[in-house]
Amino acid sequence: MSTRLATRGRLIDRSKPIEFTFNGTSLRGFEGDTLASALLANDQMLVGRSFKYHRPRGIVAAGSEEPNALVGLGSNRRYEPNQRATTTEIFEGLTATSQNHWPSLEFDVGEINSKLFSRFLSAGFYYKMFMHPKPFWKHVYEPFIRHSAGLGKAPDKELQDADTYEHFYFYCDVLIVGGGVAGLQAAKTAASSGAKVLLIEEKNYWGGRTPVDGGTIEGDDAQDWVTKTVAELEAMENVILRSRCMGAGVYDHGYILGYERLTDHAPDMAGPRHRLWRIRATQTITATGAIERPLSFAGNDVPGVMLAGSMRDYIANWGVLPGQRVVVATNNDDAYRTALALHHAGADVVRVVDAREEGGGKLAEEVRGLGIRIDNGRAIAKVKDGKRVTKVAICPQNGTGGAREEIAADAVAMSGGWSPVVHLWSHCGGKLTWDAEQAHFKPDPLRAPTGADGKAFVVTAGSSSGPMDLKSVMANAAKAGINATQAVGRTAVDAGEIKTSVISEAPMLPVWLMPANADIELRMKTWLDYQNDVKVSDVQLAAQEGYESVEHTKRYTTLGMATDQGKLSNINGLAILADSLGAEIPQVGTTTFRPPYHPISMGAIGGEARGEIFQPLRKTPMYAWHDDNGADWEPVGHWRRPYAYVQDGETVDQAVNREVKNTRENLGLLDASTLGKLIVKGPDAGKFLDMLYTNMMSTLKIGKCRYGLMCSENGFLSDDGVVARIDEDTWLCHTTTGGADHIHAQMEEWLQTEWWDWKVYVTNATEQLAQVAVVGPNARKVLEKLNATAGGGLDLSAEALGFMEWADGKIGGFDARAYRISFSGELSYEIAVPASQGLAFWEALVEAGQEFGAMPYGTECLHILRAEKGFIMIGDETDGTVIPQDLGLHWALSKKKTDYLGKRAHSRSHMADPDRWKLVGLETLDGAVLPDGAYAVGEGVNANGQQNTIGRVTSTYYSANLERGIAMGLVKHGPDRMGEVIDFPGLDGKIYQAKIVDPVFYDKEGEKQNV
Amino acid sequence: MSDPVSALNGKTYSGSATVTENGLCGMIVLRGTFTDTVFQQAVRDIVGCDVPDIRKLVRSEIGSAAWMSPDELLLLVDYSQTEAKLSALRLALAGTHFMAENVSDARACFTVTGAAGREVLAKIAPVDLSPVVFKSGDFRRTRFAQIAAAFWLDEADTFHIICFRSVAEYMFNLLKTSAHPNAGVGVY
Repeated sequence: MSTRLATRGRLIDRSKPIEFTFNGTSLRGFEGDTLASALLANDQMLVGRSFKYHRPRGIVAAGSEEPNALVGLGSNRRYEPNQRATTTEIFEGLTATSQNHWPSLEFDVGEINSKLFSRFLSAGFYYKMFMHPKPFWKHVYEPFIRHSAGLGKAPDKELQDADTYEHFYFYCDVLIVGGGVAGLQAAKTAASSGAKVLLIEEKNYWGGRTPVDGGTIEGDDAQDWVTKTVAELEAMENVILRSRCMGAGVYDHGYILGYERLTDHAPDMAGPRHRLWRIRATQTITATGAIERPLSFAGNDVPGVMLAGSMRDYIANWGVLPGQRVVVATNNDDAYRTALALHHAGADVVRVVDAREEGGGKLAEEVRGLGIRIDNGRAIAKVKDGKRVTKVAICPQNGTGGAREEIAADAVAMSGGWSPVVHLWSHCGGKLTWDAEQAHFKPDPLRAPTGADGKAFVVTAGSSSGPMDLKSVMANAAKAGINATQAVGRTAVDAGEIKTSVISEAPMLPVWLMPANADIELRMKTWLDYQNDVKVSDVQLAAQEGYESVEHTKRYTTLGMATDQGKLSNINGLAILADSLGAEIPQVGTTTFRPPYHPISMGAIGGEARGEIFQPLRKTPMYAWHDDNGADWEPVGHWRRPYAYVQDGETVDQAVNREVKNTRENLGLLDASTLGKLIVKGPDAGKFLDMLYTNMMSTLKIGKCRYGLMCSENGFLSDDGVVARIDEDTWLCHTTTGGADHIHAQMEEWLQTEWWDWKVYVTNATEQLAQVAVVGPNARKVLEKLNATAGGGLDLSAEALGFMEWADGKIGGFDARAYRISFSGELSYEIAVPASQGLAFWEALVEAGQEFGAMPYGTECLHILRAEKGFIMIGDETDGTVIPQDLGLHWALSKKKTDYLGKRAHSRSHMADPDRWKLVGLETLDGAVLPDGAYAVGEGVNANGQQNTIGRVTSTYYSANLERGIAMGLVKHGPDRMGEVIDFPGLDGKIYQAKIVDPVFYDKEGEKQNV
Repeated sequence: MSDPVSALNGKTYSGSATVTENGLCGMIVLRGTFTDTVFQQAVRDIVGCDVPDIRKLVRSEIGSAAWMSPDELLLLVDYSQTEAKLSALRLALAGTHFMAENVSDARACFTVTGAAGREVLAKIAPVDLSPVVFKSGDFRRTRFAQIAAAFWLDEADTFHIICFRSVAEYMFNLLKTSAHPNAGVGVY
């Protein structure tokens, strides 16, 4: 039975009781309790069901390495699955539910299943079992696995997280991860140099485990030394301490992520829940401590079996006694500390089972002196299955598990030795070395993670370096502080030897299986990875089936692949693998340690990006007007553009049709501000543009415009637009809306890396100007009216401003540049004014245009108008695989120029292939609108047995002007097949028949724009 | 012509710091050769100060110059004088290889004032904002969360921020979120 002690519990405040619920049952704890300690105080030994076999599971550890006690925390907008009970501080009203059970935690059908079928669920069972018959996967196996395997349930997708999150960028000389005695000492040493120091600790208290184990540092009791040192550090201006902040990952260039949990312990507190620290540290000291290894014996997963160190944590930290009759199993001296703690707390230590024939040292003597029976050379053969420990069978370590003695007990404390936490050291390439004496991997300081200068940027301190005794830990930490400080170019005060208490310990004995030659029945009940339900027999089977690489074995057996990434199972698992392969452990090696150290919230990763600032929206100066006038918005990159302006009583389609007709018949106004406007200037600007565009831009006359195409180096069309020659050495290049930024970047790229000696400067002036397309038969009238009524001298007559010309001047009092260009085939001007006057200009046009039937139009109308004229659109007719020749744009490919981007690519055999699909117009026989993206089918089938295709639709619309569907498409030999009818099967089951026609559907002679 | 209007027309928010959209500011992007004495003199004539050092902004009574890249400066002048200054600049640099363009309307300007300013910025910009490192006259061309931005600190501990006009609203909401009164970090 697990109970709360009347005394002890250095972290709890007994004057502050807290009520919480577990699976709907109301329980009590104290402020300072973790959910795990509070559950144990309420004798809640069973906390969850295992992943595959649904076995009953209890709390194993006291820290973040806990594999079993994962719960769903909170509810509704604050529900979060897979939270570790051991790192969850309780608060009033906390609700927790256990996971992976059905119908209830106490009675689980999955457990019955696994008892019947467990031999089928061995290593690689997914791969072996579910291959055949094929349809079974979707309808039988997958639903079954999804129901029975897995951990927590995902939050309701309809509910938004109630909390906010943020990032914080921070820079320091020395970052110390871990606020145990080693971290504190390293920080103290580093800080003495005046370096800027940040010390982070994942728990809400300082000092780590040392105060639990006692001892003295510099003459002070460990806890007093911790309190004193924290106060000293807090008083220093160059030191910042953050508790509840975990070092999550170490990345290149000294970039470290810190995960600060601000309100998890008090969800009603105002402010962000988590803060992700994005730290740049010149040097990082990892003082991340060590993790105790479980022992591998049958039934080592029964609730009540716990790590020995954790058991004394529960006693000392939270005043919780996890068992009344406890068996201690060990291969080292440290577990005797647990025996002493248990005894002094009033528990009956019914047996210490020490696998070593020679037994332990001084601590063992002390335990024996208390009258506790110690069996040397013995092992646990088996803990009886059940929802908690009831019986423990003892046998010789050097045997197969026979000659058992059964004793009654309600808890087992186990210790297989300690492994340094090497994760952060390893994230960025730090290598490990095998310490045979302590049977663990430890950081190899000669093969540290290195920065751009080839020098180490991570140093380890304390037990995360390898040493486990207090004296060596403190010496190592001080040295780490000195080394890191030196590496940042400062000098730390070397305080010399740090005096600590010393207790000599007898050597540990590596024990990877208990008993050493356990039979198969026992090995099938001996757990390595609790969270993913991997047993000794699974790893052995993998080895037997030929898995030699530890990385392959990991994936085959899923050892170490759960949310805890195998913190407890790693070394034990690879020791079993090494043994099975007849290899040494260091030869087998470890799997890769990857960030984050523990799972961090998705919210912290997203930071502030949610709601209105989830993503930047780009808005033109006229955005608000559009929004007030019925704009149906369309995303174009980060821009929002009106798709159509929907009037009362209209559908969006009706609005589009109205705009299409009105623009052709009267006057349409388009906000074209989003089009890219790149100014290119310099003595070599003409030469530069001749390289970027497929046609000639250097010969363009001042005051004239020319439509140009851009290709990638591989010849594919990448952008298009109208280029205007502004003066002798200045051009203005219009790009597509989506192309502005990347074409600008591409220009800079070529100028900086390839043609660095060319004298050309580029400025992206896209947002400087608001641009309005004034389109339709009344276009000139409205502008002339503005000039007449509000003043302005720009002559917009056909004689003064011809087609494909531009001019600067005043229009209606606005400083304007007018381009006589047309993307619709109508009489059309594009007028650019300063952005700060864009809205005023737009409103002036709307008002003046009333008598001419002016209406704003959106992007869909723009698309239809251009399609009626057979003009291509980047992104519709092109998709990254289309070249200008496919679109009949040969006229835009200069034959005079010796080179331009894409020219060489166009001569490749595939590009010159006459079988390439080519642009044509498509007219359905019945006037219907072809489905977008539909494929035309041809004769025969391809190598995969699929019907051959001979073309596809690239643009398709209903044209209100022509009162029928119009489309463009790429068709094999298309231009040679005018008048032929081809079939486009639609997803609706209908075969659309379309005639191949000229892509220009409207005003083929182009008379309308030349007036 | 009508009165020029800035992106957010002077919108403001007070949290742990005060965030204000500051109206239009005259801005000229100037590209050229910094070491050229003609270039240096032109900058001096237009804004009254020398070419700034890397990642710095220098000020005079008639304007400021900010370092944008090894061949690009941002000149800040009174909005109403932008075109006149631009013409003067083009005249002064005629015959050399340079580029000078008016970008005043392409931008939105903000200020962040108050003791929490450093933390407000440090949540969204990957810049060391420690008072020891980032001082008055320091200038950074960087990003604020998902958008490009530049900023500097003046003698009165006010941060000045520039971004593209189209994302002014995002910038304002970003700064507002970062300046939430309950979200202090407690570092600066």
